[in-house]
Amino acid sequence: MRRLISLAVAFALLAGPAGAVNPDEQLADPALEARAHKLSKELRCVVCQNQSIDDSDATLARDLRIILRERISAGDTDKQAMDFIVARYGSFVQLEPPMRLDTLALWFGPLAVLALGALGAAVYMRGRSPARAGDLTPEEEAELAAMLNADDTTRPDGAR
Amino acid sequence: MKRLLFILPVVGFLILLGVFFVGLGRDPRALPSAFIGKPLPAFTTAPLRPGDQGLSNTDFQRGEPVLLNVFASWCGPCRVEHPVLMRLRQEGVAIHGLDWKEDAAAGAQWLAERGDPYIRAGNDQTGRTGIEFGVAGVPETFVIDKQGRVRYRHVGALTPDDWERKVGPLMEQLRKEP
Repeated sequence: MRRLISLAVAFALLAGPAGAVNPDEQLADPALEARAHKLSKELRCVVCQNQSIDDSDATLARDLRIILRERISAGDTDKQAMDFIVARYGSFVQLEPPMRLDTLALWFGPLAVLALGALGAAVYMRGRSPARAGDLTPEEEAELAAMLNADDTTRPDGAR
Repeated sequence: MKRLLFILPVVGFLILLGVFFVGLGRDPRALPSAFIGKPLPAFTTAPLRPGDQGLSNTDFQRGEPVLLNVFASWCGPCRVEHPVLMRLRQEGVAIHGLDWKEDAAAGAQWLAERGDPYIRAGNDQTGRTGIEFGVAGVPETFVIDKQGRVRYRHVGALTPDDWERKVGPLMEQLRKEP
């Protein structure tokens, strides 16, 4: 039983995430294939939109994987190969958006919201600081003293 | 001041809610083309009709705005928009066609059976020509201006409503441009 479990664990550890890449698409050169594989994980499939072209089974994703490998085999740098696809499908296909004027909200929006929240929380906490004795007017002091000196048994609920 | 501090986050939340609610109704596939304002890239394709000439990017510099309709006989929504294209052709709208990812024979048969709304029709068997200008699927319709520049990309079937509201008025406007 124990052996069976360790065997199952070993298999589970061996199993990597299965991409949609078919063996016939892969490049013979492992170094080039590794570069193409890494790039295809950074490119969004325009058909399924929430998958990279590495994960997608869409035929267009397959086409783009092959084009990527053709570019890399032809001597393109990673950036050139990436730009080739972006020039055709727009920067929407980059799963990590580039830092540009129109993507600033994407990059810093969450931080801005966090800062606003922190500011709000700070203002709220300050508003809650306990009132000091000196804040009371003389009339209020007198009223307070009368309350504190009053006999407990006179309280309407009769509690001690 | 205190009241404002309380109301502001609520107002912000409501605005965000409104933005997201409007976003729900938008088609996530309807992305603008990466070629808006730019000419189509250079390409030539094989002919779709036997004995005809193919389609190339130079066919779009004809001094009048043209639609480029990307279609395929295996595509369901293309059946829906086909009668619309036929009607537009009769009304004198210039339309070029690109048959995407299939044999020219299949595309030619589709036109023979249903009618042919295209001035020029090319066949892109591998899909590589469509990929050159960012086609993600069929049907897609590009509006090309007099200078051969891409002005609009419509994703999905071109319905009569799409034509009345968006594509038709745009073509009319482009016709008036120098």
